[in-house]
Amino acid sequence: MIDSGDTAWMLVATALVIVMTPALGLFYAGLVRSKNVLNTFMMSIAALGVATIAWAVIGYSFAFGDGGGFIGNFDHAFLKDVGFEPRDGTTIPQLLFFVFQGSFCILTVALVSGAVVERIRFGPYMIFVALWATLVYPVMAHWVFGGGFLAEAGTLDFAGGVPVEMASGFSALAAALVIGARKDYGRQALLPHNSIFVLLGAGLLWFGWFGFNGGSALSAGESGALAFTNTLLTPACALVAWFILDLIRGGKVTAVGAATAIIVGCVGITPAAGFISPAWAMVLGFLAAIPSYLIIVWRPRTRVDETLDVLAAHGIAGLTGILFIGFFAQFAWNGVADGLVYGNAALLADQALAVLVAPAYAFAATFLILRGLGALTPLRASERDEAIGMDVSQHGEEAYLTGEGALLISIPEADAQPGKASEAA
Amino acid sequence: MKLVIGIVRPEKANDVLEALYRAHVQGVSMSKVQGHGGELDRVETYRGTTVRMGLAEKVRFEIAVSEEYVQPAIDALCEGGRTGDVGDGKIFVHSLDQVIRIRTGETDHAAVTPVTPIGAASGDRRDD
Repeated sequence: MIDSGDTAWMLVATALVIVMTPALGLFYAGLVRSKNVLNTFMMSIAALGVATIAWAVIGYSFAFGDGGGFIGNFDHAFLKDVGFEPRDGTTIPQLLFFVFQGSFCILTVALVSGAVVERIRFGPYMIFVALWATLVYPVMAHWVFGGGFLAEAGTLDFAGGVPVEMASGFSALAAALVIGARKDYGRQALLPHNSIFVLLGAGLLWFGWFGFNGGSALSAGESGALAFTNTLLTPACALVAWFILDLIRGGKVTAVGAATAIIVGCVGITPAAGFISPAWAMVLGFLAAIPSYLIIVWRPRTRVDETLDVLAAHGIAGLTGILFIGFFAQFAWNGVADGLVYGNAALLADQALAVLVAPAYAFAATFLILRGLGALTPLRASERDEAIGMDVSQHGEEAYLTGEGALLISIPEADAQPGKASEAA
Repeated sequence: MKLVIGIVRPEKANDVLEALYRAHVQGVSMSKVQGHGGELDRVETYRGTTVRMGLAEKVRFEIAVSEEYVQPAIDALCEGGRTGDVGDGKIFVHSLDQVIRIRTGETDHAAVTPVTPIGAASGDRRDD
């Protein structure tokens, strides 16, 4: 039975999640050097195209077909039997459910790109997006959202701590290891070229996250309102916690740090949004900032060029959120289960199971996909192309043009003298 | 005294700086310039507009040095800036009439860097 109130909210929530992908592109684009800004942004934009197709062709079916515990089936391939009739247990047209879930897949694969920016070739990247959006995201979404083995076990994941956050974070680590570090990594300071983009991107992501978490109840009711509220509270606390950590470490509160903190807070609350009380959500914000902060400080001293710290911001914060549910989930708020603190230790075991299997699968699957792809075609741009910058070498465009010295070679036909145009072309 | 001007690829600017530091050449100005030196133009497309970019981004180093540091500066620019492809840039060496350090009013050899033998503590001794 379709509920028009639920449907109205889910239409809006879906649009909010869709805007997160270009917002992520902006966030990432600000963090790279100016010669790579378009390429970095385009890696998110590409996900909007490629991952959407993968999702429609087979991804949705792998995630939400009635398969076994591990993966769905081919029942909904090419949108077969996805129409106005709601899925069991939902009150919105299945078409809308399909788009809402698809918007998660798009965003998640775009998240992984942060590990390999400034060096991966654009063509192989798009193939990777298609494969990842077919073999990694849908499988892990099936585990928790599609009736897979984690859902059966009783693992709670409100909006994607498993398939979005841990999947992207640990895939990012695998991708960074396979692709290797940028040629100047560890030799030169590779700094964000526009911190305003970073802040604006983070702000837009937070905005979209209200649809991401608030929509994950799949209805406009109490659960959605709780998730919506927590999506404000946790990032706010993570932000202030980050300020404090910044003050302790360097004596100054940093802007790029603030943007990172917003993401970490949003990620932390993602799995827990509709399961914990607002008070515990605030505690989660302060708590989730700490491990992610420590890893972000430590990681650049290693040889692992996981460039934009997807592991710390998403993988680790998502893991923290998933475990937090095991302790502080509260039946009085979620109507589903209590956590350890409220007398149900079994939930913590279910959450711990997710923390073991999700990183392992994401890492292994991404590692194998990229190794396989790398055996067929070079994944990295040449050193020369990397030095020139990925904008010019991959796309033949520059982000910050003055137009000086640019000579037209495709002259409009009406103005062109005969012969001259063909010579110029 | 000479003014060494080196125009190099922007992506090699850091390598040049490193090479200059290694050669103990200090006192460098750097600016972004656009230029054309016979390299192949790159073609870019923006919607329906295809353009040949006649000017390439370059970085221009200006280094005022005493005579004995002219060759090290040139070597550093070559070593740091060379890729072997057309477009690596050029080096121009001017003679310099006068140099004045604003802070102290020192002139000429006392004002160009480096002014001290390598490892010396004082920054104000002459280097000749």
